[in-house]
Amino acid sequence: MAAALPLAVLLLLLLGPVGGGHAEPPRDTLREELVITPLPSGDVAATFQFRTRWDSDLQREEGERITLEKDNCHLLVSHYRLFPKALGQLISKYSLRELHLSFTQGFWRTRYWGPPFLQAPSGAELWVWFQDTVTDVDKSWKELSNVLSGIFCASLNFIDSTNTVTPTASFKPLGLANGTDHSFLRYAVLPREVVCTENLTPWKKLLPCSSKAGLSVLLKADRLFHTSYHSQAVHIRPVCRNTRCTSISWELRQTLSVVYDAFVTGQGKKDWSLFRMFSRTLTEPCPLASESRVYVDITSYHQDNETLEVSPPPTTTYQDVTLGTLKTYAVYDLLDTAVINNSRNLNLQLKWKSPPATGALNRGLVFAEAPPVPFLYAQRYVSGYGLHNGELNTLLYNTHPYRAFPVLVLDTVPWYLRLYVHTLTITAKGKENKPSYVHYQPAQDRLQPHLLEMLIQLPPNSATKVSIQFERALLKWTEYTPDPNHGFYVSPSVLSALVPSVVAAKPVDWEESPLFKSLYPVSDSSSYFVRLYTEPLLVNLPTPDFSMPYNVICLTCTVVAVCYGSFYNLLTRTFHIEEPSTGGLAKWLANLIRRARGVPPL
Amino acid sequence: MAAPGAAATDLEVVRGKRAALFFAAVAILLGLPLWWKTTETYRAPLPYSQISGLNALQLRLTVPVTVVFTQESVPLDDQEKLPFTVVHEREIPLKYKMKIKCRFQKAYRRALKHEEEALSLGSVQEAETTLAEPREEAEGSLTVYVISENSSLLPQDMMSYIGPERTAVVRGFTHREAFNIVGRRVIQVAQAMSLTEDVLAAALADHLPEDKWSSDKRRPLKSSLGYEITFSLLNPDPKSHDVHWDIEGAVRRYVQPFLSALSAAGNFSVDSQILYYAVLGVNPRFDPASSSYYLAAHSLPHVINPVESRLGSSAASLYPVLNFLLYVPELAHSPLYIQDKDGAPVATNAFHSPRWGGIMVYNVDPKAYNASELPVRVEVDMVRVMEVFLAQLRLLFGIAQPQMPLKCLFSGPKSEGLTTWELDRLLWARSVENVATATTTLTSLAQLLGKISNIVIKDDVASEVYRAVAAVQKAAEELASGRLASAFIASQEAVTSSERAFFDPSLLHLLYFPDDQKFAIYIPLFLPMAVPILLSLVRIFLETRKSWKKPEKID
Repeated sequence: MAAALPLAVLLLLLLGPVGGGHAEPPRDTLREELVITPLPSGDVAATFQFRTRWDSDLQREEGERITLEKDNCHLLVSHYRLFPKALGQLISKYSLRELHLSFTQGFWRTRYWGPPFLQAPSGAELWVWFQDTVTDVDKSWKELSNVLSGIFCASLNFIDSTNTVTPTASFKPLGLANGTDHSFLRYAVLPREVVCTENLTPWKKLLPCSSKAGLSVLLKADRLFHTSYHSQAVHIRPVCRNTRCTSISWELRQTLSVVYDAFVTGQGKKDWSLFRMFSRTLTEPCPLASESRVYVDITSYHQDNETLEVSPPPTTTYQDVTLGTLKTYAVYDLLDTAVINNSRNLNLQLKWKSPPATGALNRGLVFAEAPPVPFLYAQRYVSGYGLHNGELNTLLYNTHPYRAFPVLVLDTVPWYLRLYVHTLTITAKGKENKPSYVHYQPAQDRLQPHLLEMLIQLPPNSATKVSIQFERALLKWTEYTPDPNHGFYVSPSVLSALVPSVVAAKPVDWEESPLFKSLYPVSDSSSYFVRLYTEPLLVNLPTPDFSMPYNVICLTCTVVAVCYGSFYNLLTRTFHIEEPSTGGLAKWLANLIRRARGVPPL
Repeated sequence: MAAPGAAATDLEVVRGKRAALFFAAVAILLGLPLWWKTTETYRAPLPYSQISGLNALQLRLTVPVTVVFTQESVPLDDQEKLPFTVVHEREIPLKYKMKIKCRFQKAYRRALKHEEEALSLGSVQEAETTLAEPREEAEGSLTVYVISENSSLLPQDMMSYIGPERTAVVRGFTHREAFNIVGRRVIQVAQAMSLTEDVLAAALADHLPEDKWSSDKRRPLKSSLGYEITFSLLNPDPKSHDVHWDIEGAVRRYVQPFLSALSAAGNFSVDSQILYYAVLGVNPRFDPASSSYYLAAHSLPHVINPVESRLGSSAASLYPVLNFLLYVPELAHSPLYIQDKDGAPVATNAFHSPRWGGIMVYNVDPKAYNASELPVRVEVDMVRVMEVFLAQLRLLFGIAQPQMPLKCLFSGPKSEGLTTWELDRLLWARSVENVATATTTLTSLAQLLGKISNIVIKDDVASEVYRAVAAVQKAAEELASGRLASAFIASQEAVTSSERAFFDPSLLHLLYFPDDQKFAIYIPLFLPMAVPILLSLVRIFLETRKSWKKPEKID
């Protein structure tokens, strides 16, 4: 197959002068970060973030097509270093401004786990802002989702007009943006998508250090999917290259969050270590990364004298306001040679030091104590009985003792649930709560889903109930999924809100701050932005018996054949009167006996 | 029974017979056509006979050669006969269903005044530049100048010269048979510059039966509308090596001129990427004698697969990708050399894989390790690398060195690394390959559609087929009349249209509709309807025969 190539070339000697402008290569930087947060419920959340910043104006470079002197032919040239080529090509080919793609298994339980750094709905979610130079957004969107489904081995190719919406207010660009004409935005969720290793492997391949060095060695598939929540995402957006924002850079952020059920895997103890969670330890930093850190949340929630202890002891700690509360993190810098060199590897451990009491009693105490409840969380369910009508209910909780704040709610409902918008009721504390902004786009059968966006003011310390009734439509028999009795998924509602902080945040340099803080832009210090997703819903539709068409064919044909047969007989047979033959079987039997007796038959 | 009763029964019987016959007539005359019409699949008519005609197509490749005689090149009385045209036709013996004939159409004429002047200049290069200026030659054509036998334009021992453009110079001969001898020399030169058997054999490699040389012939990429070229730097050990390569400059300086010269053959896009921690699939062996590592020739096929998963396919287009990998071995395995079959190290330290690309191993200068601590900064010498990659690129495009006639002076390529006639030769080969591919595609499509009668043939598929057939015919015509550029374009169109027809998704819609399911649906209706009709027809038939036989007996 492969043949050794003999040196036969004198070509290059003739190839014109060597030299000329030595272009400074575009600089790109990689930062990686792992945040480990012991959750109030006793679980442990680990959030990986890998951020590749590419100081290149991709779009302009793409426009710089080199025109050849000879025959007006275009040659497209692009060079990649840390930024993955596959995604870079997408940005330039489809003129993307922002791309956010996530694959999630499980559900982030905000009520018990607190607000997430970055939540994603279960299944696959994709939202994309296109450049305003794109003429046919729908076509680009279709092609893009097909290409992405190839890159990430996912069924994103099922994204079509029946599950794509264009939200007007909920999904603002996260990066630099001049205009926000929402006609260049597309959003789709596939709640049915099952996430597994085949999605993780291509995601890992996009990392410059693959999974060979740095924090990414911990990404071992069999452990990552043995968790109660797994979410991996890719975010691409343009960011400022410098503080004055004279030019832009592209930022690729790959995030992966997992929640380990520490109680179950740790035989009832809340202690954990890197090795117990990932079955690996950190051995070396990624040589390409300019920053490689592990943050461990050591803020103690409980008022009792239970304390935590991290080993090895951290060299530095970092204290800042994160998601509205003051938190303390132990920081391990992998690039600091002392962190790894002492023991050849870094196996972070956290132990809970409890007051002298028996273990069982102690665990009981932990459970008895109410974990701090986040200010905003939500719940969603379907009510109603029978297969004709139903009701979608969303409960929005504001647990802040005295402040009201607005929430943007986005609901996408498939066309086969026919919403009755006049039944939309929003009640809080027994009174009707009128939304200050409502955008409703009705569904079209087999063409587009319902889109409902509302801005609702949540009164302090209240539960607001949003409910809307629907009717189930009958599908064509080819439109049912292979397992129709499993039910049909309704994608989760999206809540975007500015939640008031407990502690006012200090303005910090965006580029310098840890990655988990810099995903959402900060507008003011007294509140922070969160985006929450509710549970996806599973709705049963009236399902026919699928052998029905054949039964119908058989039945109709039988009826036709019977009618036809008698008609035919009536027309073609001749009828004559026959002497009634008496006896029949009795006569035959009698003759048989008579013959045996030797008497002449009847 | 009474007589009137019997008469009434007879009447009844006749009426019953008529009714049964009528039922049968309605079922056959009305029911069957209706059923046939409503369950028929739409099949647009296709030019089946033309498609089967394409297989017997005779490709005649005409190379227009202008032969220009200077004053003292041939005897004077021969010059009197000028101008005239000689055709030299030869069949190319290939085991292929299409007959390919190569036809050199030599137009002999006398040199014009400025040509005489140019050819009397001191050196052949000067003469060539002077001659090149006013002319614009068509693709595929050649001009051969015949100079006098003892002209000093060429070195004394050289009989002919092949230039970088579409021109060549041949020494004349003062003899009675001058035209014949000069003609033979001209053919030799023209063959080297345009069509030879091995070029066509390589182009048709996929369509020819396997032989022992076929793997070598299958080296070039298949013809396509465009190509993606990806240069990847593999750095498996970024802890020890901090590798930098000036790929932007190298692409601008070396690759772009070459590709712009090739741009007639397709669209190109060039990418580069750096992959870290990407290792080869084979562990190199240690050679204690030279304290180096080596990859044996037989292990090279296993090198590519693990790397390929990291390379990433091109997300943005469907063109074939050519990969060129520069591998900087990790510190633990350097220096690393590639051995050929005899165990000797390969001078370039590179190898290529047919239709895939090339890999070059770039060893870091061992002196660098002494100077500083790890990681060592490595600046890749792009001239050395690009020399190899461009040579591999030429091989992968099937631009190989031709067999030169004896005593022939060969001027090297121009600064872009490609002579004009090499490009022409590539276009000849690609046109023939495209015609062959389109013909094969159309033939198998026609066979498939003929075999499976369930397939719906829509009008747009049919029109693509018609377009493809027309384009193949046009390409063959243009090739026969020596217009290479338009022949190539037509052949590309033929391939595109035929592939579009072949891969049209509408062909698959009703493909899975097996006969047993069809019968399961038809039988509940057809069986109860057909059985009474058939039975009564049989009965009527038997009775009629009986009533025919009866009168005979009476007679």
